[in-house]
Amino acid sequence: MQKYHVTATINGDEVDFLCEPTQSLLDVLRDELHLTGTKEGCATGDCGACSVTLDGTLVCSCLVLGAEVGGKSIETIEGMAEGDDLHPLQQKFIDHIALQCGICTPGLLVASKKLLERNPDPSEEEIRYWLAGNLCRCTGYQKIVEAVVDAAAEMRNS
Amino acid sequence: MAAGPSPYSTSFAYEDKKLKVVGTKPLERPDAVDKVTGRARYAADYNLPDQLVGKVLRSPHAHARILSIDTSAADALPGVKAIVTWEDFPDMPVEHAASGELMINYRDTTRNMMAREKVLYDGHPVAAVAAVSESVAKRGLKLIKVEYEVLPHVIDVEAAMRSDAPLLHEDQFTKGIDPKPEKPSNIATRLESKLGDVDAGFEEADVVIEREFRTKPVHQGYIEPQASIANYTDGGQTEVWTSTQGHFVFRAQIAKLLQMDISKVVVTAAELGGGFGGKNNVYLEPLAVALSRKSRRPVKMVMTRDEVFRATGPTSGTHTKVKIGATKDGRITAAQAELNYQSGAFAGSSLPLATITVFTRYDIENVLVTGHDVTCNRPKVAAYRAPGAPMIAFGVESVIDELAERLKIDPLSFRLKNAAKEGTQTHFGPRLGPVGYVETLERAQAHPHMLEKLGPNQGRGIATGFWFTLGKETSATLNVGEDGSVSVIVGTVDVTGGGRSALAMVIAEELGISVDKVRVKSGDTSALGFNFMTAGSRGTAAGSMAVVKASRDAIERLCEIAARKWEVEPDQVVWEDGHARPASANVGDFEPLSISDLARQAGLFGGTIAGHAEIDAAMGGPGFGTHIVDVEVDRQTGAVKVLRYTLIQDAGKAVYPSFVEGQFQGGAVQGIGMALNEEYIYSEKGTLENPGFLDYRVPVASDVPFINTEIVEVPNPAHPYGIRGIGEVPIIPPIAALSNAIYHATGVRLRDHPLSPPKVLKAIDESEHAGIED
Repeated sequence: MQKYHVTATINGDEVDFLCEPTQSLLDVLRDELHLTGTKEGCATGDCGACSVTLDGTLVCSCLVLGAEVGGKSIETIEGMAEGDDLHPLQQKFIDHIALQCGICTPGLLVASKKLLERNPDPSEEEIRYWLAGNLCRCTGYQKIVEAVVDAAAEMRNS
Repeated sequence: MAAGPSPYSTSFAYEDKKLKVVGTKPLERPDAVDKVTGRARYAADYNLPDQLVGKVLRSPHAHARILSIDTSAADALPGVKAIVTWEDFPDMPVEHAASGELMINYRDTTRNMMAREKVLYDGHPVAAVAAVSESVAKRGLKLIKVEYEVLPHVIDVEAAMRSDAPLLHEDQFTKGIDPKPEKPSNIATRLESKLGDVDAGFEEADVVIEREFRTKPVHQGYIEPQASIANYTDGGQTEVWTSTQGHFVFRAQIAKLLQMDISKVVVTAAELGGGFGGKNNVYLEPLAVALSRKSRRPVKMVMTRDEVFRATGPTSGTHTKVKIGATKDGRITAAQAELNYQSGAFAGSSLPLATITVFTRYDIENVLVTGHDVTCNRPKVAAYRAPGAPMIAFGVESVIDELAERLKIDPLSFRLKNAAKEGTQTHFGPRLGPVGYVETLERAQAHPHMLEKLGPNQGRGIATGFWFTLGKETSATLNVGEDGSVSVIVGTVDVTGGGRSALAMVIAEELGISVDKVRVKSGDTSALGFNFMTAGSRGTAAGSMAVVKASRDAIERLCEIAARKWEVEPDQVVWEDGHARPASANVGDFEPLSISDLARQAGLFGGTIAGHAEIDAAMGGPGFGTHIVDVEVDRQTGAVKVLRYTLIQDAGKAVYPSFVEGQFQGGAVQGIGMALNEEYIYSEKGTLENPGFLDYRVPVASDVPFINTEIVEVPNPAHPYGIRGIGEVPIIPPIAALSNAIYHATGVRLRDHPLSPPKVLKAIDESEHAGIED
């Protein structure tokens, strides 16, 4: 199958890749670029495990074709920490035991980061509705919501 | 749980002592940073050089005979490197083995991973292809021609039990009936468990209530689809990285199904993306190894979500009957239940376990439980968190609620009056040891939740749950590094993400060192002796028994080294607060030696310091929980909103309390999802209509409220730290608790799961038209 040549920016770095016309952005990230932090839970846009931002918009990378991201900027979980310095959300997820198995965690972190960019002081209800596209089967969501509330407070005060 | 504890199993008596690490919240968690940065490696994240992609061709029919499979066109497709069908696997005789909380039968396991004579459900594998890319593999699948003779199918348990139902297995005669039946049946087994005389007990009762309940199958719904990568090299050396709750059990099954030596197969349990019992069974692993053996290249296989729903899990759909009698003053005199459980395409549901849990929360003299394990054209059921218990608890706890109301006793007092406690004779055999059921009920009575005022269309429901703790084979190796830091290899899989931390805390407590000096890692199958699956809430409970033994073994070595240095006898040295010390002043005046002092000097006084454990952990430590839930029912739509939820459970001893809370909350929310929305929906043709998260609706963050949790600690007498398994109990009460709450909000009792808006609305409409409620 003929492949497309695509140039995009991923976590600030310019990246070239070849992809089949049917490959999703998720497939490209995981299989072509070996950025396996973005997870596949359903490949139908229902679970949010593959959440990334595309030119600043939160998307399910399984619903975006690899061939359509040319010239765009993509942020994934691998770009969230700076070296050893975790993003406040990452630290608060650890502190609050907001992750158990952790498979949904990258998607939840990317989605939560986007929420706090739009709304630095979300209510518990706003957090629950914003994260309603990200399934977690382990935690029952409570400690995730607590972690986001706490991270938002710390980020507002810093 | 099928067999009782072995007389050779290891048991440690509870040691009541002051703890420094266990019960705290350490900041060290070995898996956490990797998980929040995307570096943790789950099975689908592994890749090997030159690997192929494997895909499975699945049956589109619920029930059909396979007439022929023609793979020639697929074989000829450039890029296809190997194809396997049933002909590539040896047939297996009837041979049972434990696989988690459920038993497997190799005759059926080989047929479930790859259909032989017939396909028995929509999604049943019929062939697998390995190719150079996913797109080539998918094109290969399309070129395989399978000729089927479609047969009549049966989906639901009651229909499957009828004598004229389409038969899945012509050679299946119901076990547990004497004499053996003459006709084959979909009823694989009949079980009975009995105590006292139920007829006499019901005679004695002033009130007897008998009801019938139905539940739909639900899926474990782990977010990580099954994934495996296998590498078979010349000479048959094989490595497998996979998503599993028990890599040793998987190794044994792979070796058996492919007729290889166990020692040639090495299985690594990758970081697990959720299991809940659903990753206790092999599906892809033997296919990936067979494809790798045929192509001599590594083969990676990852299920789609559609495949996960159609061909793995789910739990049993059930039909149950519950009858309970009580005297006017609220004493239960007799209880009877019939459990009809779907096992899916092959015999072997959670029925034996469900049978144990039916009435074990209550001290009842006369009990009769009967059950049927029933095959039908659905995927073979897998364990799901307290397998089989939520469905029968729905029935029992609904009838208990109804009885309490009829007797005008509040539901918590009614349960307290009849609560199981130390010495209660169970209907399945043992008497209970010390258990915390009464404590959870008393804490519920005193909980501020009970004082919250309820408005119109709001109601409060109570329900309780019981589950046991599995022991079984557990190994650990503890190595003290030359600097005194400690690395420990365990053979259980960390299914919760907190398992490694909990074990590290127990080791730190035993050795008297800081928890950040302990690193716990799950080893591959070549690193340790056999370990049973992480199932039956045993990860921390049994795992900690093994690491206690390994720690104490290492302490003996540490004391020996100190003794040699001091030139005294080993029994003249004791280990206290992380130091070797002279046992008494008579031994001599020696400065205490820390673990790092001893580790640094070990080379001079006997060498490497290690501790080992290979134990068969004693089973026991039943866990009990009480749930309180408030709901509001929208009478126009039938939608149920969960307003507040409180869960109180006996953990024996919470090693890492925040994680225990997380288990409670996660289990309760799975139970809420199971109760209100989740169900398998089949078409007339017997195909699954909702194999995706859009139509199979698990709870999302905005569906659920905060879950208040309270940990009760009544120590397990058979564990040195008093630990009980805690992971499964929380999912048991929610269906019943919510159903009871809906009743108290609307006056309508629901006995047909799920308690979804259409069903709630229909029940409300019917009760309004009837004007009465039974």
